[in-house]
Amino acid sequence: MSTYKNFTVETDADGIALVTWDMPDKSMNVFTMEVMDEIDAIVDATVADAAVKGVVFTSGKSSFSGGADLTMIKSMFSMLTEEKAKDPATAVQKLFDAAGRMSWLWRKVETNGKPWVAAINGTCMGGAFELSLACHGRVASNAKSVKIALPEVKVGIFPGAGGTQRVSRLANAQDALQMMTTGQSLTASRAKAMGLVHQVVEPAELVNAAKQMIKDGLKPVAPWDEKGFKVPGGGVWTPAAAQLWPAAPAILRRETAGNFPGALAILKCVYEGLQLPFDTALKVEQRYFTEILQTTEAFSMIRSLFVSMQELGKGARRPAGVPKSEFRKVGIVGAGFMGASIAYVTAAAGIPVVLIDRDQQAADKGKAVSEKLVADSVGKGRLTKEEGEKLLSLVTPTPDYSALSDADLVIEAVFEDRAIKKAVIEQVEAVIPATTVFASNTSTLPITGLAENSKRPDQFVGVHFFSPVEKMMLTEVILGEQTGLKALAVALDFVARIKKTPIVVNDTRGFFVNRCVFRYINEAYDMLAEGVPAAMIENAAKMAGMPVGPLSLNDEVAVDLSQKIMKASIADLGPNSVKPEHMDLIDKMVDVLDRRGRKNGQGFYDYPAKPAKKSLWPGLKDLYPQKPASEIDVAILKQRFLVTIALEAARTVEEGIVTDPREADVGSILGFGFAPYTGGTLSYIDGMGVKTFVALAEKLAAAYGDHFKPTPLLKEMAANGETFYGRFDPYGEGREAA
Amino acid sequence: MTDVFIYDHVRTPRGRGKKDGSLHEVPSVRLAAKTLEAIRDRNGLDTSTVDDIIMGCVDPVMDSGAVIPKAAAFEAGYAFSAPGMQISRFCASGLDAVNLAAGKVAAGSDDIVIAGGVESMSRVGMGMSGGAWYMDPSVNFPAYFMPQGVSADLIATKYGFSRDDVDAYAVESQKRAAKAWDAGYFRNSVIPVKDQNGLTILDRDEHMRPTTDMQALASLNPSFQMPGEMGGFEAVGIQAHPEIEKITYVHHAGNSSGIVDGAAAVLIGSKAGGASMGVKPRARIRHFANIGSDPALMLTGPVDVTEKLLARSGMKISDIDLFELNEAFAAVVLRYCQAFDISHDKMNVNGGAIAMGHPLGATGAMILGTVLDELERRDLNTALVTLCIGAGMGTATIIERV
Repeated sequence: MSTYKNFTVETDADGIALVTWDMPDKSMNVFTMEVMDEIDAIVDATVADAAVKGVVFTSGKSSFSGGADLTMIKSMFSMLTEEKAKDPATAVQKLFDAAGRMSWLWRKVETNGKPWVAAINGTCMGGAFELSLACHGRVASNAKSVKIALPEVKVGIFPGAGGTQRVSRLANAQDALQMMTTGQSLTASRAKAMGLVHQVVEPAELVNAAKQMIKDGLKPVAPWDEKGFKVPGGGVWTPAAAQLWPAAPAILRRETAGNFPGALAILKCVYEGLQLPFDTALKVEQRYFTEILQTTEAFSMIRSLFVSMQELGKGARRPAGVPKSEFRKVGIVGAGFMGASIAYVTAAAGIPVVLIDRDQQAADKGKAVSEKLVADSVGKGRLTKEEGEKLLSLVTPTPDYSALSDADLVIEAVFEDRAIKKAVIEQVEAVIPATTVFASNTSTLPITGLAENSKRPDQFVGVHFFSPVEKMMLTEVILGEQTGLKALAVALDFVARIKKTPIVVNDTRGFFVNRCVFRYINEAYDMLAEGVPAAMIENAAKMAGMPVGPLSLNDEVAVDLSQKIMKASIADLGPNSVKPEHMDLIDKMVDVLDRRGRKNGQGFYDYPAKPAKKSLWPGLKDLYPQKPASEIDVAILKQRFLVTIALEAARTVEEGIVTDPREADVGSILGFGFAPYTGGTLSYIDGMGVKTFVALAEKLAAAYGDHFKPTPLLKEMAANGETFYGRFDPYGEGREAA
Repeated sequence: MTDVFIYDHVRTPRGRGKKDGSLHEVPSVRLAAKTLEAIRDRNGLDTSTVDDIIMGCVDPVMDSGAVIPKAAAFEAGYAFSAPGMQISRFCASGLDAVNLAAGKVAAGSDDIVIAGGVESMSRVGMGMSGGAWYMDPSVNFPAYFMPQGVSADLIATKYGFSRDDVDAYAVESQKRAAKAWDAGYFRNSVIPVKDQNGLTILDRDEHMRPTTDMQALASLNPSFQMPGEMGGFEAVGIQAHPEIEKITYVHHAGNSSGIVDGAAAVLIGSKAGGASMGVKPRARIRHFANIGSDPALMLTGPVDVTEKLLARSGMKISDIDLFELNEAFAAVVLRYCQAFDISHDKMNVNGGAIAMGHPLGATGAMILGTVLDELERRDLNTALVTLCIGAGMGTATIIERV
């Protein structure tokens, strides 16, 4: 048998070939064209070799496989673009063939005539699980690290290599749809309960158990290739299915507002496929897959949520020359909710933390936040008791600044007050070594100004976390005017270490995320003042793809905080920086009505005692004369939300605040949930075309105000036919980190 | 265009559409055949002169499948020359059968047509014929599919009808139906269903609950909250009508149409057809129309189709003496009256499907007959008959006495 670059094949005395996937120079196995060619060759070789009775397919890495490779997906898109330029008709045929390559290769495995068993030793994602499903037997290790998923929907596509057809022929349709439309991860035992794996065994037994299945006479025929095969539950025309299918699109609409073509395609594939012979069903899946691959949503989501997110997570913006930072100790000053939460995520990454506040009691209160989060995680089985204790042992609460003397990084999260921050900076710098980087978690104060209080402004950086810190995946790293490369590198290394995704932002009021969020909320104020019913404002925002309505969001951050920020803006930037109607509304809400948001049980919503749900405050109707719903175009409301945010993102690029379009995109999705199906704020613009966007913005400006006027940069780009990813090409020549 | 006349109409009583309903033992085809027999026998009809038999049937499968009007013609002993055709426009099928027949007569292709409908909901359950509309995600999604009850609750929410409003309407429907039965208003048109020995199986609508009052209805839980909230359909309704924060669930079995078995037939023809039968026309079919409407509200099609019909016919709401709108759900009727500012005194004056039931394919023909009888009884001239329809459609017909 020949040798392979990515696989070893060893046939034992029983004639069982153990195929071990172990890609050189990669920490995780992924599908490349070369890998697929080799699997194809392995099938041919094992079929041809009479000594081989069956095949066990496993991985030589700690995980089984992460699925498709970035470069393969990118090459598929660039192939499509190139071919479309040459000849659109044949381009689609070529895409169809490429989209089916993996599916028909797995079908070849399934029908090769010799039994194949997948031995799933660790995380098994996407195409790798689809390959496993095409094997005749599936054995999974019971190790905690085993996670099985078909997560394609999360990046705008769907399991297009037989996944929709095999899962729905093994599991009941409802479980199958749930798994694929959410992309949820399954444990090995859950996968077994669903009927997706045959056995779950101890890790050490994995390969033996897989081989034993073959020795026990595993038939090399998939259930659906047997005569008389019946779909679980009897298929689409049964009383149970008559309950499921009418509701499935409704639930999808509830969860996604219909913004994800890939998710709906899963429903279509399963519904149509279950009524067809298997090969025909695969062909139908291939047709839908080809369709979805051509959507703007798929292109933009893959780029932002798969490619860019990984690149930023791996330090795309990290200055190359600085050695990798070690974190033997991190100091956090300010044990309020933010500081305490940052301490938790730091300890969770295995880094010792000193948590400082003005006295022991306040510091202890901060550690209690970690204690509660650990207790929750232990309760939910995410941490063992021992792991939880170890985590907590890493957090040392103290009022003593001298404990910071050997910290590699200090983060301040004290009250948002320049004088308090100044005092803290001075106190900290009095004890830390000159090599230690000082980071401020301010969300409102410009970093350059704060750095004036520092003896070492080049070592001073902003690290802006989002609440709840343990859940939010984004961190903004803010560069002051004098912030140096080392401080940036340390900040990025820290963010990577706590497994968050960083974006690097130059100093400005509100940085990137909050500037966008203010636009979102401001648009809702405008709509309220126009007399748009509040429910329509909230629903339109959610239908546009926002996770939380703007009024609900404002209640969460507190209406009086908005008031404070608006007043600060007026004080610092002048009266034109805030629309008078907005100030009037918020002054009335806070000063007259005492509606401060969720925290005092009344804001734009009323918050009755549980279990009653919050509902919009009926008094909103009386603040402004209401327009009848029939006179309001919801499509325009949706556009206004997305366009005003996207315009703000474009301004940050124009001002040089954000320099890499990947960061505006990933930052907007991870930071405030900007309509993920768009791929983020700038992909939203690029996706429709800058020219179209400028025309749309001008139309909105005419009707809804100057804040919709396209900026000079956008107009220039529209005139030149440019895109953000073209003009600010993150991979282009001459680009350097930061 | 040839004038189109209504010469006669009959209906069966409506049996409870369950296994313990009186008409459950009667196959769908026999229910339909009973109406054909009555039309023939009451009018001395030579069935070899019948140009067509068109019947609505919403779930034309199993017992009701394979062109049930032709099967019913065999069962009724009609001449082999009488053809048959089954149609479906969901709940308006019976009225659309009438309109289609009228169209054929008006076009001059037919002189005598029997139009009507049949549905044995106890034997062939609702939805038994399947369908892409609600099963196929490619259709269900863009159609904003919702169970009709959730749509009815969406209408009540959007147009501001409270639980008391819809319950009060239902109580009145029951009262009116009971009064009409007691006074014998239906006597001339309801044909008792008898067995082969002449023994009566059912001679009265058995779904009615004449003693129902507000208190009794108040004890019923809303029927569509569960599918609305758990099945995701509330979100569908809200995304179609985003000014709504949440749906108020007001409909239940007591203020929604009853599930029943029944059939109806209307004898339609040209002037020449009437002359050949030797019968006098009772009314003229003046205009009819169909429309598609908001699919999420689904059941407001009668409003849209009425506007279309009035515009096409050059008539005004005030030209209509009596309205008959199928009581699929109380809010459907309340919304219609609200939209046109129609007094309840002119609407469904002898009750409707909330009291007597809604045998899907047949109802349109039944209520056309009901309102014709009432025009005659009151000596009024013009009536408008309309029904709301699944997937968001409306059918309406204006008749006037001659």
